[in-house]
Amino acid sequence: MQAAQRLGFLLLVAPLLLWLGLLIIIPHIDMFLVSLRERVGVGEYATSLANYRSFIEEPLYLVTFARTAVMSVMATALTLLIGFPVAYYIAKMARGRVRSALFLLCLVPFWVSELVRTFGWMILLRETGLFSSVLQWAGLADAPVEMLYNDAAIMVGLVYTSMLFMVVPLITTLDSLDDAVIEAGYDLGGSGPSILREIVIPHAMPGIVSGSIVVFMLSLGNYLTPIMLGGKDSLWFTELIYSQFIVRFNWELGAAFGFMLLILSSVIVWGTLRLTGQTLEKTMG
Amino acid sequence: MTQPDLACTHLTKRFGDTTAVDDVNFEVPPGSFFSILGPSGCGKTTIMRMIAGFLAPSDGDILIKGRSVLDVAPNKRPVNMVFQHLALFPMMNIADNIGYGLRRKGLPKPEIARKVGEVLERIGLPDIGTRRVEELSGGQKQRVAIARCMVLEPDVLLLDEPLGALDLKLREHMKVELKALQAAFDTTFVYITHDQSEALVMSDTVAVMNAGRFEQMGAARDLYYRPETAFVAGFVGDSNRWRGRVESVEGDALRLRSDSGLALLGSRHGRALAGGTTADIYVRPEAIRLGHSPEDVAHFDNRLTGTVTSLLFNGAASRILVRPDEGREEIEVALPQSGEFAHLERGSDVHVGWSSDQGNCFAAEAG
Repeated sequence: MQAAQRLGFLLLVAPLLLWLGLLIIIPHIDMFLVSLRERVGVGEYATSLANYRSFIEEPLYLVTFARTAVMSVMATALTLLIGFPVAYYIAKMARGRVRSALFLLCLVPFWVSELVRTFGWMILLRETGLFSSVLQWAGLADAPVEMLYNDAAIMVGLVYTSMLFMVVPLITTLDSLDDAVIEAGYDLGGSGPSILREIVIPHAMPGIVSGSIVVFMLSLGNYLTPIMLGGKDSLWFTELIYSQFIVRFNWELGAAFGFMLLILSSVIVWGTLRLTGQTLEKTMG
Repeated sequence: MTQPDLACTHLTKRFGDTTAVDDVNFEVPPGSFFSILGPSGCGKTTIMRMIAGFLAPSDGDILIKGRSVLDVAPNKRPVNMVFQHLALFPMMNIADNIGYGLRRKGLPKPEIARKVGEVLERIGLPDIGTRRVEELSGGQKQRVAIARCMVLEPDVLLLDEPLGALDLKLREHMKVELKALQAAFDTTFVYITHDQSEALVMSDTVAVMNAGRFEQMGAARDLYYRPETAFVAGFVGDSNRWRGRVESVEGDALRLRSDSGLALLGSRHGRALAGGTTADIYVRPEAIRLGHSPEDVAHFDNRLTGTVTSLLFNGAASRILVRPDEGREEIEVALPQSGEFAHLERGSDVHVGWSSDQGNCFAAEAG
């Protein structure tokens, strides 16, 4: 009986262990080992921190790294700013069919691939695109306007791509806030902003944090959107990793970059959790 | 006559085609405990939400201390509300919960701390300020919810079935405690409930509400003994009810032949009821006297003999069911606890009687 139970348990956790081991732990260990190698000759390697040193010493790498982090944080903040009212409306104000319809509208863009979605933005923003034509037609511009290939276009793409991942956890937490609690706030003399600050936001904090973590990680690791909307000079860190691995065939430096990105996202997530007094269990549970 | 703390005149609320509250008028004198009692869906919560300001009346006016509050937003009204599920703020500790309204008023911090301390003292929970909401018991949360409102010194405190979530024993206890708190704070309480015993025990005045209208408003005792409508007679307390034809009317007294053939004497207490019409007669189980011999009930004008069919033991509120020798329906009779009927059993022959004065008659409603 005991043995049978143990076997059942093992069978249950086996897929999880396999997934973690084969796809996460082993590749990362290998990546880490690769990142510590330095090519000293043809087919000759020595263990050193040279790859990390070149990361620190080359300003372009550092700038790209910092830029990616800052833009991802900004994209997360913007997504939260836009997503919160949307989630609040869906969770607290919309009723019945309107509610499901709005929720579906948030979901619809995710039925097509990210590539198609991003092409959609390109159609709108390019020189011969919709916005440019409308501006010319309205007489606000006398020549075609190029709106692609800048940071604003990247930002638009990142926010658009991550919106759902912010809205869903927010709706879930806001939904669990009893309407009577908000009414009690008004009844006791609270105004809209004070209720938002003292009641709604503290209650929604787990959702805000979990949504922000997901959006931040998605933005940081996004490759397609920065490349397509930002052009080849978009300076996104994932691009550097890609070019080291595929273009330059410098796996050692690419692995080091990969590890820096992992450390960056871990530090920022940990910092956010500490700053907001949340725990991973609370936000993900 | 002092000015009432709260007055509603011709208060009406329509949702589309349905009228939830239909021309309701009442006044609540300062310092009194006013209850609105009614079945769920009768419109009592709508009244409360209109007073609190969460709903705008379709018609009529709400006056607090003589001033109309219709154009005052809920966060500016001098009324506060204890919600059905209390709606304490789970993200704050107890002291912050109670201090919330004071902070919104912009009081200085030391004064807020002092007032919160005072009110906690008053509800008998002086040391719980730093606790979290979920650490409190049901009864403690109840008191904190009241304290959170009372610290703002509202003119009127609204309570929306706040005892509904408590277990029976605690509910009994809180009834007494609420009444004591009301006396201690000396504030006007408006209480809505579907539980008649809550309303009857605590209130100075009870309004019985049905289908958007006030059926009757008065002291608990009047509602119980002198219901003015059939709904009140049926809703407040238990009653034996017979339907029958009025055979004769003489002053207030009338004679009625029930559908099952019983001849009953009742009183119409000033209501219009003509001979030949169909009427309902309501008699409370405790208004019926139980006797071993005909002499025991000889002085009553309604007398029946019958057999005991069931003993419904419920401590002090024990009842028996008696099947009269003529007629089919069983009569519910309160069982006196003085011991003389301790040996009553199923099948025992008993005599029952009651005064015609106790038989409240109402014109039968269709259906």
